[in-house]
Amino acid sequence: MSLPPIWRQFLYETGEISRFTGRFFSQGFKPRYEITELLRQCFIIGYKSLPLIGLTGFIMGLVLTMQIRPSLISYGAESQLPAMVGIAIVREIGPVITALIFAGKIGSSIGAELGSMKVTEQIDAMEVSGTNPFKYLVVTRVMASTLMLPVLVILGNAISLYGSYLGVNIRGVTSFDLFFKQVFDALSFKDFVPAFIKSYFFGFAVGMVGCFKGF
Amino acid sequence: MHDVATIAIKGDAKSNSDGVLLINSLHKSFGSNHVLIDFNLKLEGGEQVAVLGKSGSGKSVLIKCIIGLLVPDEGVINVLGHDIESLNSYELDQVRTKVGFLFQSNALYDSMTVRENLEFPLRRHSIKLTPSERYNKVIAVLQNVGLAHTVDMMPAELSGGMRKRIALARTLILEPEIILYDEPTTGLDPITGKEISRLIKTIGEKYNTSALIISHDMECIRMTSDRIIMLIDGKCYAQGTYEELKKSNDEKVKQFFE
Repeated sequence: MSLPPIWRQFLYETGEISRFTGRFFSQGFKPRYEITELLRQCFIIGYKSLPLIGLTGFIMGLVLTMQIRPSLISYGAESQLPAMVGIAIVREIGPVITALIFAGKIGSSIGAELGSMKVTEQIDAMEVSGTNPFKYLVVTRVMASTLMLPVLVILGNAISLYGSYLGVNIRGVTSFDLFFKQVFDALSFKDFVPAFIKSYFFGFAVGMVGCFKGF
Repeated sequence: MHDVATIAIKGDAKSNSDGVLLINSLHKSFGSNHVLIDFNLKLEGGEQVAVLGKSGSGKSVLIKCIIGLLVPDEGVINVLGHDIESLNSYELDQVRTKVGFLFQSNALYDSMTVRENLEFPLRRHSIKLTPSERYNKVIAVLQNVGLAHTVDMMPAELSGGMRKRIALARTLILEPEIILYDEPTTGLDPITGKEISRLIKTIGEKYNTSALIISHDMECIRMTSDRIIMLIDGKCYAQGTYEELKKSNDEKVKQFFE
């Protein structure tokens, strides 16, 4: 019995990306280490994504606060607003939304950049110039996106909470110190750790899929 | 018809030390598409040989096999006394420092300046030079192609002909003994194409490099090559000088000169 073409294609793609990931682990941790290129990619992937991630986070915090506020007022629980928004952003919404924005910006740009380099023979030229293009292009980008996404999540969360603080103050008056005290009182260490760890996996997946599609 | 089989290299290519590049019984297929079938070639030191063929005839595949970017199915490729297939990656890199490759699409790195593009092979092949020596070398090769003023420009700021010259400068920076040209005049207007052809000829004479020029531009081939090999149906169909082949009565040869 033969599989339908769509399943065959799915299994083929899964096999190919698994092999690509295996190649990353087999080559990525052996010398020669491309430290300069890794730092350059961290700058491009991390620093240059910050405005978009920050803007999205700010709007997310502001809108979330403004939308939840009327419901909480009707239950007489307005004072719980900072805690509720803080938990929602830090535990789930922050990492997921940041990763989605990151995938849209960085995943697609890596795919397009490497695809263009392949078509214009730049990858072949790199190999002829004594460079392992997989290590120079793929390993550095995957590592940079894995390392940078958690940092962006932390910064995105901070900006998002600041947006929430401004949202609270549109209709009411709450001091900066009180708002953040209420946020952090509601959070514990176990709220941060899973969110932080999963953002490494999101970053790795974004980098890997972008490189797989382009290389 | 000038059948290349008459000069076919017999026996182990390694044992023949005359040529800088020897190809013996090369076969390369992609699935059921047989691109190269029993291809033979010998390139002497200082000789400029053109490989002429239609688009899709396997010319680019041939030079990618020579430089080790593609692995042949069968046959021996001997570059400067080294059997390419038997080399490990370090040894292959060492051979590649002596073989320049001008890519059809120039393959300049978009994210780097002209200077960084030219310094890239020097850095990557771990050639020990001080920054000032490296810079002087970059300027020297840029002067050879008449573009020293573009050193700090980005490839996107350059015209097609300028990009081709910069790519040629990058090829020259390692002072190769053999240069492989993959369709050097493709995408250029006739005047710029002639300039590039003249530059290829000048470089061959100045540096005494051997060259394998892959092209279907007859004017470029006429200006640059000492000998032409016609690649038709994956095989060496004919060979000779430009004038010899032009006089040929063979239909397949004649169509290139019409």
